[in-house]
Amino acid sequence: MKQLLVFIRKEFFHVFRDKRTLLIMFGLPVVQIVLFGFALTSEVKNITLTVIDQARDVNSTQIINKIKSSSYFIVDESAINYDAVSTAFKKGTARCALIFPAGFGNDLQDAGQAQVQILTDGSDPNMAKTVINYLTAILTAYQQEISPGAQLPYRIIPEQRMLYNEEGNGSLNFIPGVMALVLMLVCTALTSVAVVREKELGTMEILLVSPFKPLLVLLAKAVPYLVLSLANFTLILVLAVFVLHVEVKGSILLLFLVSTLFIIACLSIGLMISNTTNSQQTALLLSMMGMMIPTLIFTGFMFPLENMPWIFQMISYVVPARWYFLVIKAVMLKGLGFSYIWKETAVLLGMTVVALSIALKNFKIRLS
Amino acid sequence: MNDDKVIVCEELTKQFGDFVAVNHISFDVRKGEIFGFLGANGAGKTTAMRILCGLSYPSSGKATVAGFDVYKQQESIKKNIGYMSQKFSLYENLTVTENIEFFGGVYGLSRPEIRKRSDRLVSKLGLTQEAKKLVGSLPLGWKQKLAFSVAIFHDPQIVFLDEPTGGVDPITRRQFWDMIYEAAATGITVFVTTHYMDEAEYCNRITVMVDGKVEALDTPGNLKARYQAASMDEVFYQLARGAKRSAD
Repeated sequence: MKQLLVFIRKEFFHVFRDKRTLLIMFGLPVVQIVLFGFALTSEVKNITLTVIDQARDVNSTQIINKIKSSSYFIVDESAINYDAVSTAFKKGTARCALIFPAGFGNDLQDAGQAQVQILTDGSDPNMAKTVINYLTAILTAYQQEISPGAQLPYRIIPEQRMLYNEEGNGSLNFIPGVMALVLMLVCTALTSVAVVREKELGTMEILLVSPFKPLLVLLAKAVPYLVLSLANFTLILVLAVFVLHVEVKGSILLLFLVSTLFIIACLSIGLMISNTTNSQQTALLLSMMGMMIPTLIFTGFMFPLENMPWIFQMISYVVPARWYFLVIKAVMLKGLGFSYIWKETAVLLGMTVVALSIALKNFKIRLS
Repeated sequence: MNDDKVIVCEELTKQFGDFVAVNHISFDVRKGEIFGFLGANGAGKTTAMRILCGLSYPSSGKATVAGFDVYKQQESIKKNIGYMSQKFSLYENLTVTENIEFFGGVYGLSRPEIRKRSDRLVSKLGLTQEAKKLVGSLPLGWKQKLAFSVAIFHDPQIVFLDEPTGGVDPITRRQFWDMIYEAAATGITVFVTTHYMDEAEYCNRITVMVDGKVEALDTPGNLKARYQAASMDEVFYQLARGAKRSAD
């Protein structure tokens, strides 16, 4: 036990002396949170909306005012006709337009039905869809305002509501993604490099010849990264809550428990990688290519898994981060308890056991 | 009877499939002796050494190290030996003191004991000024001396040196051998493999391994006389010429 503590202390020296790795470790989540949170947001804010109001009646004016008061659009009423809009679209100065036909208000009041035209720039489909959704929402809200409680015949108003994220806060989905990615990177890459470095240095031989139990070498290597990863996880959580105003709905304790399990899974994979290679570069490359990229692609936070061909969906099942992502989303964003996530947790646990036993077994083979 | 024999090998054999890496070797090493283990690459030196260090099991034969059986008492063997490899083997980003404390701790020495010995060692090596410096900043010769000192820090009965002086200049090598003599004088048995034939001359006795077998075992003087050679280099050449393994 005392020997183990001596060893863990040494590992912490290694980590803290390596300023660059430390910077990557704690800089990465900060950079990712800032990037995903502010720069790469899929929300549409302050977009210029070209409005042509050919009706100029009470209803159209009210709608335009409603749009102006939302934070999503800057209304541009300088265009006078359709041609001007089409030119602006071609030049790229306009990306969405709303056109009220003449007699809009009359149609609405007399026939109970009126039309508007929404034009969007389809070359940016995400933006286009978002704009249509926002405008539809505003129009729907307006309809309800002018005819409160009235059941209008022959009109179907689709009620859209984004569950769990009604404000449309785009930070929500990627926070669990960043967690998975950062923990994966830190645990897998750094652990595998830490073990392989001892082999490169020749110190592994010394350790194996010493009375120190080989399995304790692995344990001692893993402990500092477990601690640092938990610190890292806390950092991401704090950033998410205080910088991006994400509300943690579920149990924090459960979050930490599941994350610890995921961290152990990643550490085991890191140790597994370190057993199969003898150079730090190979170890780094393996953990990057083998773990980082699948984590990015197959976790479901960047690209929806449902749209992938079945073969890729199959691959996604063996990516630990995919399960962790689901669990974190369920607990953090939906506030669900353990009874809802036990299946995913069991899968993670299974992966951990498999990776760890392979790592331990290979480590023993080296000795015989 | 075996009181002064710290390593005893009888018909020790290690086989990997069809390949007999170590072929029925027998020898013994006396306490306080500097025992040279020579052989071309692939002659089976490393395999034999790994068995004696408790890193691998022999296929057949008997061997005891420091009185412990290589089959059953590997843990006890490990406690009683020191090891230093051809690769420089201290942590570059730990200080001199931290390295000493780490390896002392791994061998289970108590903290006060480590501190006492560490102070003595640092001043003996003349590294008092550098004790708080990272090992990476020291010149290679000093690192090597420190690595050897760390290998015998826990007072092992035997220290195994696997080509300890690779890549070191002749003067440092000479100084390194002074340290080996000093250690041997305190009763530590030194088991050393080397490529340098001039170093072989420094050993009390030498084993020359060829194709997994012990071809010769004697003092350097006797070997030279027997093969009518002027230097160990010639002796080695005569013995190793018949080797078949280096061909493949």
